[in-house]
Amino acid sequence: MSQENSIGIVAPQRFCSSAPIRLKSGVTLPGFELVYETYGTLNPSRSNAVLVCHALSGNHHLAGIYAGKPDDIGWWDNLIGPGKPLDTRRFFVVGVNNLGGCYGSTGPLSINPENGKRYGADFPIVMVEDWVLAQARLADYLGIETWAAVIGGSLGGMQAIEWAMRFPDRLRHVMAIASAPKLSAQNIAFNEVARQAILSDPNFHGGHYAEYGVVPSSGLRLARMIGHITYLSDSQMGDKFGRQLHRGEYQFSYDVDFKVESYLRHQGNKFSAFFDANTYLITTKALDYFDPAFDFDGDLSTALARAKADFLIVSFTTDWRFSPARSREIVFALMKNRQRVSYTNIDCDSGHDSFLLDDPRYHAMLRAYLENIGI
Amino acid sequence: MNIHRLSKLERERFDFAVIARWIPAGERVLDLGCGDGHLLRYLSETKGIQGYGVEISPQSVLECVRNGINVLQIDVEGGLSGFEDRSFDHVIISQALQAIHATERILGEMLRVADEAVVSFPNFAYRANREAVAEGHMPVSPDLPYAWYDTPNVRFFTIVDFEALCERLGIEIRGKLAFDETGRSVADDPNLNGSLAFYRLGRKSG
Repeated sequence: MSQENSIGIVAPQRFCSSAPIRLKSGVTLPGFELVYETYGTLNPSRSNAVLVCHALSGNHHLAGIYAGKPDDIGWWDNLIGPGKPLDTRRFFVVGVNNLGGCYGSTGPLSINPENGKRYGADFPIVMVEDWVLAQARLADYLGIETWAAVIGGSLGGMQAIEWAMRFPDRLRHVMAIASAPKLSAQNIAFNEVARQAILSDPNFHGGHYAEYGVVPSSGLRLARMIGHITYLSDSQMGDKFGRQLHRGEYQFSYDVDFKVESYLRHQGNKFSAFFDANTYLITTKALDYFDPAFDFDGDLSTALARAKADFLIVSFTTDWRFSPARSREIVFALMKNRQRVSYTNIDCDSGHDSFLLDDPRYHAMLRAYLENIGI
Repeated sequence: MNIHRLSKLERERFDFAVIARWIPAGERVLDLGCGDGHLLRYLSETKGIQGYGVEISPQSVLECVRNGINVLQIDVEGGLSGFEDRSFDHVIISQALQAIHATERILGEMLRVADEAVVSFPNFAYRANREAVAEGHMPVSPDLPYAWYDTPNVRFFTIVDFEALCERLGIEIRGKLAFDETGRSVADDPNLNGSLAFYRLGRKSG
């Protein structure tokens, strides 16, 4: 990845909320901590703040690098930085690791004050609504009354949409990319297979694996492999791997034959080495449960009617995890309410993961939209 | 005789002004094939309309976003599913009908989602176009600015043809205007003397 126009060295910060937070599930956490990073400068009128919400495996490290770790580049570094589409010379950008995460925010890896042990499986299930509530506390702390924009891809887009419904006066723009108004049965099915992979790992120990000094890495690895297939498009996989062989000939064994197998194993191994299985389980449930229309007889328009923000909805032609039709459900629901919305369907070969890439048409669109946001 | 040909910008402004005559203030407007969104912006500035544009071209969608226009990147060839019945006061298709294959379908869809439709299109039977064909060439003119090999147009029709289709589809013609290349209104034999035609359409009652 290019380091041109990088924001440079950044450092995470920590926000401690001592006020209790009541979660959608009914559980109350006595308080919580969120790790976050900021880029750029909050202007005197505090009108230039942009919140970036992360997806399933993301975190607060959006852009730049850490001191002494030049390879630890933020996951959306191609978008965020001086002169980049989300221009840190103009905007004050905030990235936050969500509640229940495994990058330092309060989550399953944290110590449960009730028993002095890691929460593990005892950490409550959190929902998109809970994340947004916690993010709002962070906004209060940072002195941000109104976000210029809340941006997210995939599950991050759901948070951006939730922001517009939950806090209509606290954001001016929503940019929801490769997102969906709720999961389909197929989406939930993939999540369930991923969860079963983790839950059936002998090292899972009912989610209290930390107490046994092990991690359910084979389950997590399998979950990631399944997920990864859904992030890519068939054509892209075909172009990238086709039927290429790892060792040039069939092995007549169950070791790696095809390059795509090697790739998936590598992705699974890499992921299971650092991600927490309980966080993965919680996050897939947050995805499954997100359904803002549910309380409105399934009518998404009614659910969105409270929103006052302008919307940019972006989909990718080859995304089959959250297909363009899912984005258009949001678009038509907003249009029915006569809300301000633009929609673009980017012709990109890389499936769901396109939202993380720097396709020039995609980035030009985000840049154009962001440049029109007054600060 | 004034032979002043309008510049591209003048032509655009002229077209907008003609269309705006038929759009009451404050309406909900859908513009199919909205290009860079300038018509919607014009109607928004002059009539206070609330509009959405529909475009398929990525470059045009980008221009719309730059222009601050609500734009949806949707292929209207597939119809307007997702758009609710009578959810707009007017739906406009300005010089784009000839670039759509599914002519009948889109006309029907337009009058499903809006109370009235405004359509403008180049008249292929305009005198200069006939002369070009008589000389052995496909016409190229300010209203048909493309060579045959790079034109986005896929339907080639005349004022007379269009009115016959409206009749067949049960579409009521509530207003029509034709203009020559200099922007003068044409009353006499518009199928011969009109380069650009504008129609205000509705559903036949009963």
